[in-house]
Amino acid sequence: MTSSQTTFVEALLAPDLPVPDGLVDPAGLPAGKRFDVYRNNVAVSLADALETAFPVLAKLLGSANFRSLAGLFLRAHPPRTPLMMHYGADMPGFLEAFEPLAHLGYLPDIARLELALRRSYHAADATGIDPALLQSTPPDRLMAATLKIAPAVIVLRSRWPIHAIWQFNTAEGAPKPQMQAEDVLITRPEFDPDVTRLGPGAAAFINALQSGAPFAQALDTAQAEAPTFDLTHTLGLLLAGQAITELDDSQ
Amino acid sequence: MLDATAPKFDRLPAGVGVGYKPQHFEAILNDPGAVCWLEIHAENYMGDGGRPLAQLRHLAERFAISVHGVGLSIGGEGRLDPEHLARLRHLVSWLNPASFSEHLAWSTHDSGFLNDLLPLPYTEATLTRVADHIDEVQETVGRRMLLENPSNYLAFDSSTMAEVDFLRDLTRRTSCGLLLDVNNVFVSATNQKTDPISYLDAFPIDAVGEIHLGGHDEDEDDHGDVLLIDSHGKPVVDPVWALYAHTIARGGPRPTLIEWDNDVPDWPELAAEAARAQTVLEGAVG
Amino acid sequence: MSKHTKTLAVAGAVAAALAAQMTVPAHAQAKEKCYGVSLAGQNDCAAGPGTTCAGTSTVDYQGNAWTLVDAGTCTEIELPDGRVGSLEELDRDLPA
Repeated sequence: MTSSQTTFVEALLAPDLPVPDGLVDPAGLPAGKRFDVYRNNVAVSLADALETAFPVLAKLLGSANFRSLAGLFLRAHPPRTPLMMHYGADMPGFLEAFEPLAHLGYLPDIARLELALRRSYHAADATGIDPALLQSTPPDRLMAATLKIAPAVIVLRSRWPIHAIWQFNTAEGAPKPQMQAEDVLITRPEFDPDVTRLGPGAAAFINALQSGAPFAQALDTAQAEAPTFDLTHTLGLLLAGQAITELDDSQ
Repeated sequence: MLDATAPKFDRLPAGVGVGYKPQHFEAILNDPGAVCWLEIHAENYMGDGGRPLAQLRHLAERFAISVHGVGLSIGGEGRLDPEHLARLRHLVSWLNPASFSEHLAWSTHDSGFLNDLLPLPYTEATLTRVADHIDEVQETVGRRMLLENPSNYLAFDSSTMAEVDFLRDLTRRTSCGLLLDVNNVFVSATNQKTDPISYLDAFPIDAVGEIHLGGHDEDEDDHGDVLLIDSHGKPVVDPVWALYAHTIARGGPRPTLIEWDNDVPDWPELAAEAARAQTVLEGAVG
Repeated sequence: MSKHTKTLAVAGAVAAALAAQMTVPAHAQAKEKCYGVSLAGQNDCAAGPGTTCAGTSTVDYQGNAWTLVDAGTCTEIELPDGRVGSLEELDRDLPA
């Protein structure tokens, strides 16, 4: 037997379905439009949430197109938990499979970037190490050390110019994006995430550190991927972003 | 971290609070006016860190905090989500708020969280289920909770009890308190063509630990009858102020919250609503 | 590069990164916590959506079909195959 709340939810999300039996107005007549109040509350609040969650996607598509997309998405992927701050984790996959927008191949990665910004914003607090600690650690010990990376730090790698597209739609006067692969670093030095474009090899370096590889190994990984890897610049970004929270040279 | 062993505020003061919005952070600290406590939605403070929790920690030093949940789905047919209960227990033990409340409604189903407060019929079976859920929440969180009366847009022909009786029975079975939303009473009474005063006079006033006031929108149903929608996007209307004064005159001053969640105004306008509630409370004392 | 040379190069890179840190002005080193929403405001949306316990009088529950309505600001990018990733392109691709 189908539960009454199952029937209720099915009708909530499918506007073509009839209003469930047993719902009435003060005269005891079928609830009709009164049920639509709940349909609106659910659809509008979730679409509003998605528009807040993906402002750059919404700007790229235009509000009306985005609301149309949101109407489909919220029915296919209602939130899995009441933590609305993280709603939309399924958006990249949804966009990848969404034929009418398939030629805008960068949309899923823009969704990933916007999800990552929210993850970073709500990530656990962490304090960056004193930069002097890097220098006071003897170089051979540093090479063997592991660096702990703050929970708010996220690296995204894309075959699309996601940083340029994001900038173009959030910063006044940013240049028009050119087709190129771009890696992006998100740090949160205080409470607001910073988005920076990474140079060659830097994403591999930071990813390796995040997975617990010793400094020397992370460096090898980065240089194997990109001989032009700029360690000075990458360390500078990590230090400025309070991204390194611990240096363990006990090995 | 707050010192969880020494709560600054062990109960809500019988004064006025507002639903906290981050854009009001500085204004509240600089010029709180009549506002002496704040309410937050539990789910918005279940992240791991960052500005929301930093702000909350800061505000809790100065204001009593009410944690108001919107996602427990106490009226749901299924069992309560143990992960969500655990998050709630974590938040409450970290913050040690002056009050915790939730809704007589459901919002989660197999398909997910629907971000709305959905209605349930009032029967012996639902009474037992809701009471069990309240017991589980109170045991998990380790404190008494308040349960809020809903805004109703329709009724269930399967209901066998009046809402007021349903709520009263819940307080007896679970020892929970109640959160009386006077705007919801007005919205429901208008929508169901019943008398809000009778509802208020039958309401178990001794169990009321908090009162909500908010604004609503006006629409109409298929037959052209007025259909009010609890939108929290406007000032409290005069008939609701009158019902509030009636309630305070009957039960004495209670912690009273101004809820404004959509089209949130600048701080002075919200503070003015709070000041109006304060005059009603003071009138009852004087 | 020998292991020794590499270690020396790393020491040099660390020193240079630190020197650059010293020239980074104010905010990166600022210890004063900015609890309020950032004045610049460009990152505020990173907070994302919150919950609601209010209803809405907006009528928009029938949106369960895809309709292309307006063009948005969709970023045009020259794709390797010569196509242009834009909504205008999409418009032309759609049956009238």
